[in-house]
Amino acid sequence: MPDTPLLSARNVHKRFGAVEVLNGIDLDIMRGQVVALIGASGSGKTTFLRCVNMLEEYHDGEIVLDGERIGYTTTPAGRRRLPERAIVAQRGRIGIVFQGYNLFPHLTAEQNVTLGLVKVLGKSKAEARDIAAGWLERVGLADRRSHYPYQLSGGQQQRVAIARAVAAEPKLILFDEVTSALDPELVSEVLEVMRSLAESGMTMLVVSHEMLFVNAVATHVVFMEQGRIAEQGTPDALFRNPESERLRSFLGRFHQVFR
Amino acid sequence: MHYNFNWPVVWRNFDRLWDGLLLGLAIAVVALAIGCLIGILLAMCRESRLRVLRIPATIFVEVMRNTPLLLLVFFFYFGLPELGFTAFNNVETFAATLALYAGAYLTEIFRGGLAAIPVAYVEAGKAIGLTAPQRLRYVILPVLFRIVLPSLSSALISLFKDTALAAAIGVQELTFGARWVNLNTYQILETWTVTAAMYLVASYIIAFGLRQVERRYAMVR
Amino acid sequence: MDISAIMQEIYTARWTLWGGLLTTLEISAIAISAGTLAGVMIGIGLAYGPLVLRLVLRGYVDLVRGIPSLVLIFFCFYGTALLGLNLSAFAAGVFALGLFCAAHIGELTRGAVQSIPQAQTDAAKSIGLGFWRRLVYAILPQALRRVLPGWVNIAAEIVKGSTLLSLIGVVELLLATQQAIARTFLILEFYLALIVVFFIINFAISRAGALLERRMAYVRF
Repeated sequence: MPDTPLLSARNVHKRFGAVEVLNGIDLDIMRGQVVALIGASGSGKTTFLRCVNMLEEYHDGEIVLDGERIGYTTTPAGRRRLPERAIVAQRGRIGIVFQGYNLFPHLTAEQNVTLGLVKVLGKSKAEARDIAAGWLERVGLADRRSHYPYQLSGGQQQRVAIARAVAAEPKLILFDEVTSALDPELVSEVLEVMRSLAESGMTMLVVSHEMLFVNAVATHVVFMEQGRIAEQGTPDALFRNPESERLRSFLGRFHQVFR
Repeated sequence: MHYNFNWPVVWRNFDRLWDGLLLGLAIAVVALAIGCLIGILLAMCRESRLRVLRIPATIFVEVMRNTPLLLLVFFFYFGLPELGFTAFNNVETFAATLALYAGAYLTEIFRGGLAAIPVAYVEAGKAIGLTAPQRLRYVILPVLFRIVLPSLSSALISLFKDTALAAAIGVQELTFGARWVNLNTYQILETWTVTAAMYLVASYIIAFGLRQVERRYAMVR
Repeated sequence: MDISAIMQEIYTARWTLWGGLLTTLEISAIAISAGTLAGVMIGIGLAYGPLVLRLVLRGYVDLVRGIPSLVLIFFCFYGTALLGLNLSAFAAGVFALGLFCAAHIGELTRGAVQSIPQAQTDAAKSIGLGFWRRLVYAILPQALRRVLPGWVNIAAEIVKGSTLLSLIGVVELLLATQQAIARTFLILEFYLALIVVFFIINFAISRAGALLERRMAYVRF
C-alpha cells in the first residue's frame, strides 16, 4: 500500500516528572521519505526519535510502524506496555545511529555489523560476513573490517555504525545528530553515506543541525519547538519562506547558510 | 531435624563475647596506630633514591602482603621463643604481628597518598623557608593524613576482622569466645548469629564514626 | 640452621607436605571457580534484578563482607551438622570460602556492569537483542575485563584464606607443615619455607593476572 504512511505518530505525549517533553506530536512519514527534525536543543526532537524505537517510554498517543503499534497496546483495562520480547522484535525492524557511535569496543568493525545479523536475524556466520562485507564496502571501509573501534577515526566509527544499522534491512532508520560529535573534516564523509542511502530509497528520520545537508537531501522538514511541531513542509518552503516567528529566529542563527 | 532455640543461655555468656569484642577492637586500634608509623616510614623508604632503603622495604612489603596472616601469626608466636624472645604473651605477639601486617598493607596506601600531595603545597613550604623536617611535619604529614583518611577507615575495619585469627593462639577475643560458647552450649545458631551481628554492628559504628571525622578533615581533591 | 638436615626433614615429610599442597590448591580452585560463577550471577542480580532480589543479595553480600572469614568458616562448620548434612570439614570449609568469594566478586561485578555506559545498552537494544543476549554479547564482555584486577586480588585472598581451614582440621599445607614441625621441632625453618611457598603461589597468581590484563588492555576499554 504505497499510500499509507510507513510511520505514523498520533498525539504522542511524554513527561519527565512534571515536565511535558512531548506535547502532542502528530507526524506521518511515507516510504522513501527523508524527514529531518530540526529545532533548538530541548525542543524534544531527540526524545521523540528515541520513542520511535522504544529507547524511551511515552505516556500517551500512539506510534505505528507499517501497521504495527510500537511499544504499547490497548486492552479493556487500558493502555499497556507490550511484553519485552515483542518490543525487542519491533526494535529489530528499526535501525538507529547514535551521536556517540556506540560501537561495541570489544568487537571488530565486521563483528559489530554481524552480531545483530547472526543473533537476531538468525543468519549463518558466512552469510552475515558477506552482508557485512557488502555494507562496509558501501560505506567505504572494506579494508578496515578487522579493525577495532579504537583504531578508527570518529568518522570511520560512525560509518561502521551506519553499516550496523542498515545491514539488518530495517524498515526505517533513525539518525540522532550523527555528525555533532565529529571533527568538521570528518563530517562530510558521513553525510555522503547518508545521502547515498537516501538516494537508494531508504526511509530515514534524521535529527540534525546540518542545515545545508537537510536542505539538499531531506524531502520533508519538521521544525519542533517545546515538544510540539511548530511548522513542517518541504525544505524549500521552510527555509525560503518560514512562516512562524520562532522558525525565522531559529534560522537566523544559520544566516551564513541561507542568503 | 529439631533445634531448640535457647537465647538466654547465650545471653548468660554474653560478657565473654563482649569482653572479646573490646579486646579485638583494642588490638585493631593498636595495630593500626603502629602500622601507620611503619607504613609511613616504609612508604618513604620505597620512594627513596637510596637502594639500601628501597629494596629491603619493598621485599618486606611484598612478603607480608603475599603471606597468609595465620601463617605469620604462627610464625611469630612459635618462632620468636626459638630466637630467645620469650617475654611476650599471646596478645602482645598477635598485636605485634598484626601491626607489621598492617604496616605492609598501609605502605601502599601511604605511597599513593604521598604521590597525591599537590606539589604546590611542598613548593609553598619551600618558598616560606621551611627546612625538610619542618616541611615534613607541617605540610606533608598533615596533608597526607587528610588524603588517606577514607582508606584508613576501611583499613581499621579490615584489621578488626583480622583480629578473629587471634583465636588460633588462644587470645580471648570475640571469635574465641564465640567458639567457647558454641562448644559449651551447643546453641550454634544463636551463638554465631550474635557474633556476626556484633562484628557487623561494631564495623558499622566504626565506619559511621570515621565518616564523621572524614567529613571534618578529609580532603576532596 | 643446618641446610642439609632441613632438606632431609623436608624429604622425609614430603608426602604429607605434598598432600597438604594439593589440598590447598584443591580448596582454592573449587572455592574460586564456584565463587566466581556465583559471584557474576549475583552481580548481575544486584545490577538488574527486581527490588526484592536486590535487597536479598545486598543483605547477603554485606553480611559476608562484614564478618571475618573465620567466623563464616566456623559457622558453616558447626552449622551444617544442624541441617543434618554430614559435611566433612573440607566441604564445609570450601563452602564457606566459596560464599566469601561469591560475595566479593558479586560486588565487583555489580560495579563493573554499572560502569558500562548506558549508551552500550542502548546500542544493543537497538539492534534487537533481548536482555540476556545484551548481557552476554555486549555488556559482560566489557564488564568482565574491568573485573579482572579485582578478581586476581580476591583469588589471592582465597588462597591465603585456605590456611584458615587448618583451624577446623583440614590438612592443607599449613596444617601439614605443622604436623611435620611437631615431629621435627624445626619450627622456624619450616615456617620460613612455607612463607616462601605461599609467596611463590601468590606471586604466580598476580603475574598471571598482570599478563591477562596486558593482553586485554590491547583492546582499549
